[in-house]
Amino acid sequence: MIRSRNAALAIVPAAFLALFFVYPVANLIWRGLGSDLGRLGDVMTGGRFLRIIWFTIWQAAASTLLTLVVAAPLTWVVANRRFPGRRLVRVLVTVPFVLPTVVVAGAWIALAARLGLDEGTIRIRHTVWAILLAHAFFNVAVVVRSVGGFWSQLDRRPEDAARTLGASSWVAFREVTLPRLRGALLAALSIVFLFSFTSFAIILLLGGPRRATIETEIFRWAVTRTDIATAAALSIVQMVAVLALVVLNARLQRSVGGRQGMVRDRARAAVGARARAGTAGSLMIGGAFLGAPLVILLERSFRVGGEWSLENFRSLAERVRLLPISGLDALLNSLSFALAAAGIAVVIGGLGSLVIVHGGRFWSRVLDLGLLLPIGTSAVTLGFGVLISLDRGMLDLRSSWWIVPLTQSLIAVPFVVRSVVPVLRAIDPSMRDAAATLGASPAVVRREIDLRIGARALATGVGFAFAISLGEFGATSFVGRRSDWLTVPLAIERLLGTPGEVLRGQAMALSVILMLVTAIVVLIGDRLHPDGGGVL
Amino acid sequence: MKTKLFVFAMLFALLAAACSGDDGASVRELGDDESSESASSGSASSGSGSASSSSESASSESASSESTSSASASEEAADEPEATDDVASDDDDGTVAPADDAESEEAADVDEAADVEECPTITLITHDSFFLSEGTLQAFSDETCISVEQLAGGDAGQLVSSAILTKDNPNADVLFGIDNTFLQRGLDADLFLPYASPALANIDPSLILDPENRVTPIDFGDVCANYWIEALPGDVPTSLDDLLDPVNEGQFVTQNPETSSPGFAFLLATIAKYGDDWEDFWQGLVDNGVTITAGWEDAYYGAFAGYGGPSSIVMSYASSPPAEVLFAAEPIDEPPTGVLFDSCYRQIEFAGILDGTEYPDAAAQLIDFMLGTTYQEDIPLNMFVYPVNPDAVLPPEFVEFGPLAENPLSLSPEEIEANREAWTERWVEIVLG
Repeated sequence: MIRSRNAALAIVPAAFLALFFVYPVANLIWRGLGSDLGRLGDVMTGGRFLRIIWFTIWQAAASTLLTLVVAAPLTWVVANRRFPGRRLVRVLVTVPFVLPTVVVAGAWIALAARLGLDEGTIRIRHTVWAILLAHAFFNVAVVVRSVGGFWSQLDRRPEDAARTLGASSWVAFREVTLPRLRGALLAALSIVFLFSFTSFAIILLLGGPRRATIETEIFRWAVTRTDIATAAALSIVQMVAVLALVVLNARLQRSVGGRQGMVRDRARAAVGARARAGTAGSLMIGGAFLGAPLVILLERSFRVGGEWSLENFRSLAERVRLLPISGLDALLNSLSFALAAAGIAVVIGGLGSLVIVHGGRFWSRVLDLGLLLPIGTSAVTLGFGVLISLDRGMLDLRSSWWIVPLTQSLIAVPFVVRSVVPVLRAIDPSMRDAAATLGASPAVVRREIDLRIGARALATGVGFAFAISLGEFGATSFVGRRSDWLTVPLAIERLLGTPGEVLRGQAMALSVILMLVTAIVVLIGDRLHPDGGGVL
Repeated sequence: MKTKLFVFAMLFALLAAACSGDDGASVRELGDDESSESASSGSASSGSGSASSSSESASSESASSESTSSASASEEAADEPEATDDVASDDDDGTVAPADDAESEEAADVDEAADVEECPTITLITHDSFFLSEGTLQAFSDETCISVEQLAGGDAGQLVSSAILTKDNPNADVLFGIDNTFLQRGLDADLFLPYASPALANIDPSLILDPENRVTPIDFGDVCANYWIEALPGDVPTSLDDLLDPVNEGQFVTQNPETSSPGFAFLLATIAKYGDDWEDFWQGLVDNGVTITAGWEDAYYGAFAGYGGPSSIVMSYASSPPAEVLFAAEPIDEPPTGVLFDSCYRQIEFAGILDGTEYPDAAAQLIDFMLGTTYQEDIPLNMFVYPVNPDAVLPPEFVEFGPLAENPLSLSPEEIEANREAWTERWVEIVLG
């Protein structure tokens, strides 16, 4: 009976994936290559393409590594130390995530100029370092929130036991903690890798005109040249690479084998000067990396004609010239899309996670791989695919309001899944058995144990879903959107598309508002869950 | 707005349900909530439907006569391309032919008008930089009882590629925003139905690039190098060759023609100006330290001297100085920037009726409206380009600070489409190595 119910649960996420991802993408690739399969051979053997494929892979790997290094101090401190504003740190890391790349790139260039990093021997701009640093900047949140969240729920008694038995804190971390963190780490890093693998604006704006990845090439062929065959061939290459990585990752994660004790919160307050210094130092490292460009942005938003002023913000309340709606309406649009996208992501990601952990082997694997794939798929392929596929009868969603949150949720679902699955996997099955022995029905077991423990992870994922939608990731620019649906990131880009100091000031002020709103929304999302459930 | 708030309330409820986990059946509940989401999408669309129908009833009367005449014009154009060829060969007679035929086919039109919805809603798809003042499209609806839904479909390249991909089942009736650099691709793909608007008679023939009138020019502008007057190291540049002057070393920033429309326009400008020697010119620019960015934003706001960057000359538009005046932090009398007119490349933006539309007559009326002064006068301050209709009154800032180039550079759409790949690839070799 449980088996059949699991199959029923699998239908919703599987149908969602099939309809909004597999069908559009397959349709576009078929359209592109159906008549011209030879392009695939050209792409696979052309020296230039091979160089691009290689660059795409190694920059994504290096970005992932750099993200891990940069995120490590914050992740540790958020998981292990109790300090005022801890929850706020978890919230603030998501802020960079939503900012339009062109805004962040501008802030970075200004910062580099101010620190003297863009002249003489050290040049960051238009080097691969700019790409790697920007990917780390945007993705720190992924590691801090999902690994930090998991870690904070990990029972610390095994480490304490190791320490009691004489292990140094490093040995205890390496031998006891790290193996238990592996599942969550792999999950987060796979997302960072895929994000870097398919990133678009960062490569173009910061990498300089010489750098090309599979993603920017797909855009160039499909959009600038309307050569769908070549774009489809490149998409296949991209998907094969992504699929290989995802399969490897899933295998590694399954081998982790979970089953650690989960607690409500392992963090303790720092005791003693050394511990306090450790807390403060970790926060400062993370804060400087994420905060410095944001400070430049803040400064710009409060400057008018070389003087400090609130004018940029004040003028946003009215309808700004060049925007079809007021800044406030754009904000409401952004929030509506974000709520819808997060809602869809919770349903699909939540059900998907349950099936991945408890479902039959087939559906578990299909969803485990399938739900991650959209992040690793070109926005161009997906956007054009939607345009030519969801175009008839009831499914003609091309100019529907819902196509925007639906497309965004494809990118948001993996965040929910990768946050929730490691936690569900880590729940000790003896806990479920104990509950069942004590007379709890399977439904009660699921509710009292899985849902309560998974709630924080679900909230983590919801926060990301909001952020993904607020930040306008993915394929949404390809589907037609009405001008009165203008969102904040699009409004910012619109303002930055015309010369004038006032316009730039307003764009910066809107960016600051976007940051603030993101923080508030993610904070609300974090507060909605009952703090890890207290069942333990 | 109401539907938006409704969606808000719904989804907050959904999130609360998802996260609280109080109900034993919460997993099932999530599934239920999804079905109610789709229900609300239904109500959203019905809401917009009722809004449009109320505006339709307002002025259906005034429209009927107009729709008859332009309807026949478009049919004429669609059914008998030879006829429109004749019209096009001597542009000035453009209005006469359709007007004559309108009467002869009047009876047929009345029949058809009875079949077709009288006050349809048509869709106008544009690039993302398209904006009008509030109420401009409403004026069209008030005049004709036709409602217009406007969709933004990405940048100009995305717009054209999407239109080609969705050719068999277009998601709009009228497309606006295909420019002369992409025009040939759209024409080669047979995207558009020919339609010779009577209003074309008034318009400079050099802006009408398609003799079959499959597209109609709506606005135009010049892509030109701008300089920040105070930051110039030497004399004010007056010719393209001045960009090669050692005094301007490292002073010029332009965009990658592969990723930017002004960047591509400048490449075309150099080809139009220097012919086969364009490669030498670019080699000269490279030797003089030209900076290349991906797009206009990171060139103008990221590298241009007026915004803290190192370069005093940037590839932008002839209309940028008026924007600098209009959007200055403190009121100023003169723009801080100037235009290098020798570098200007003319860009023309067109609208066309998408083949496959159910409402060719209504679409034709929209094209007529886009050429009328209400629409044309709304263009400059929203899109910073110039109206094609000479009767449209320009805002004073445009008259004073935004003159167009007297002899702008240009190439034919055929030539651009035929050589686009070869030129950009050669450009990449020379400039990016």
